[in-house]
Amino acid sequence: MFKDITIGQYIEGDSFIHKMDARMKILLGMFYIIILFIISTPAAYAAFTLFTALLIIVSKMPFKYIVRGLKPMLYILVFTAVINLFMTQGQTILWVCPFWSALKITQEGLRTAVLMILRLVYLVIGTSILTLTTSPLMLTDGIESLLKPFEIIKLPSHEIAMMMTIAIRFIPTLSEETEKIIKAQTARGADFESGNIFRRAKAMVPLLVPLFISAFRRADDLAVAMDARCYNGGKNRTRMKQMKMTARDAFAAIFMLIFAVVVIAMQKVM
Amino acid sequence: MIDVENLSFSYDDEDSEAKRYVIEGLNLHIEKGSFVAVLGHNGSGKSTLAKHFNGILLPSGGKVYVAGMDTTDEKHIYDIRSTAGMVFQNPDNQIVAAIVEDEIAFAPENLGVAPQDIRKRVDECLRIVHMTEFAKASPSRLSGGQKQRVAIAGVLAMEPDCIILDEATAMLDPQGRRDVMTTIKDLNREKGITVVLITHYMDEAAMADRIVVMEKGKAVMDDVPKKVFSQVDRIKKIGLDVPQVTELLFNLRNLGIDLPQDVITVEECEKILLGKLKGHEK
Repeated sequence: MFKDITIGQYIEGDSFIHKMDARMKILLGMFYIIILFIISTPAAYAAFTLFTALLIIVSKMPFKYIVRGLKPMLYILVFTAVINLFMTQGQTILWVCPFWSALKITQEGLRTAVLMILRLVYLVIGTSILTLTTSPLMLTDGIESLLKPFEIIKLPSHEIAMMMTIAIRFIPTLSEETEKIIKAQTARGADFESGNIFRRAKAMVPLLVPLFISAFRRADDLAVAMDARCYNGGKNRTRMKQMKMTARDAFAAIFMLIFAVVVIAMQKVM
Repeated sequence: MIDVENLSFSYDDEDSEAKRYVIEGLNLHIEKGSFVAVLGHNGSGKSTLAKHFNGILLPSGGKVYVAGMDTTDEKHIYDIRSTAGMVFQNPDNQIVAAIVEDEIAFAPENLGVAPQDIRKRVDECLRIVHMTEFAKASPSRLSGGQKQRVAIAGVLAMEPDCIILDEATAMLDPQGRRDVMTTIKDLNREKGITVVLITHYMDEAAMADRIVVMEKGKAVMDDVPKKVFSQVDRIKKIGLDVPQVTELLFNLRNLGIDLPQDVITVEECEKILLGKLKGHEK
């Protein structure tokens, strides 16, 4: 049942984006989102669309993975579109509901709806490209390194990264365990499949209780095992894999900056 | 290597009335470079004893010294843990990282070893446990025996003088158990690493230089495997078994056939039985 979860799904590859430093990717990903929220004119969006298409091509990601990432967003997209379409006030009226005159579509409404959908779609695509091209471990390492400066305000950057690493490590172990418990409880007559939503939710109890107990026991064992291997928090800790910014990352950053200037210029001019 | 002096341990609180001791008045000296098996049935205190060897548990009474360092001395706790590495029972619950080589790098990273040296250690340890080809694999895809070998490599990366295996083979299939035992024996013979093997498999214990049998928190027998297993009646009384071949010869002896009692390996037993049968033919 947890096999379909694709959060942090990573697809191996050797594209330019795959080889970039995780930290630079996270930073540029944030920059991408900021630009996305600054722009508002069709011309700027057109430039942004071209750039996003370029990203997909350079990352060599199969298009269907990108589309798959959009699927769970479908309802939010439709909802946003409908709200914006009907609720935006404007001068040029395109269509009025014959039964209820308050319900109308304006040119401004149409424009906002389209741009809003594009904004959400690009948001998902941009972040998907980041997670699809960066292994979860590189991501956590990158996050740890980027959060390091915030240790001044007592942010436990190492602990956050360690928690994420362990969580990633235990996803397959716990999903295997879940399958096992489902089988064991089914063999004893538990029914996880029939009934309405409430019945099914109730049927989850004999699954979740053993799963939680086992997870706590595992956590306890793991803590002892980490202790036994001299784990001492982030203090004086070194890393085997050092992250290195290369010319590649500098090039990507410069390219992104030029792109940002172009898009914002288009926003001002047109 | 490890000195245990008059060790007592209780999981109960200091001042609880009915204080039950899991270990009581235990003395033990483990020689550097030796291979010691600790036998005992469930609740005999053997795992509790093992957890004292690297300061995971601290004595309620008495002292434990690892390479001369007192385990209650907090200053040396990391030295003690990197000297006496420990491998646990459940392979899934002791692996921290999602990639094999990162897992092995975990301990040296904690110890603050320089990155290029960690790399060297990781490659070396992978080679020792014959897992080099799995360096980039995810531990969740490995078999139990392979996971346990990764766990051993993870401990080896601390460059310990002593490895303690706390029922490390208990959850493995026969093939995995054989692989792990071979790895342990090689470590002991070739690298001179002291091995303390906590187990309830008699055949594994028979491979050691020395067997300590625990019962109710005390070491009741302590000798070379041949001597320990030749006392079949006493072993059975404790609730343990002897290796199958020893039991076979023991039963044959009870039938009045003249056979030696200190046989613990299949090869040895085969030779003796064949010799006996040939003797009859003549």
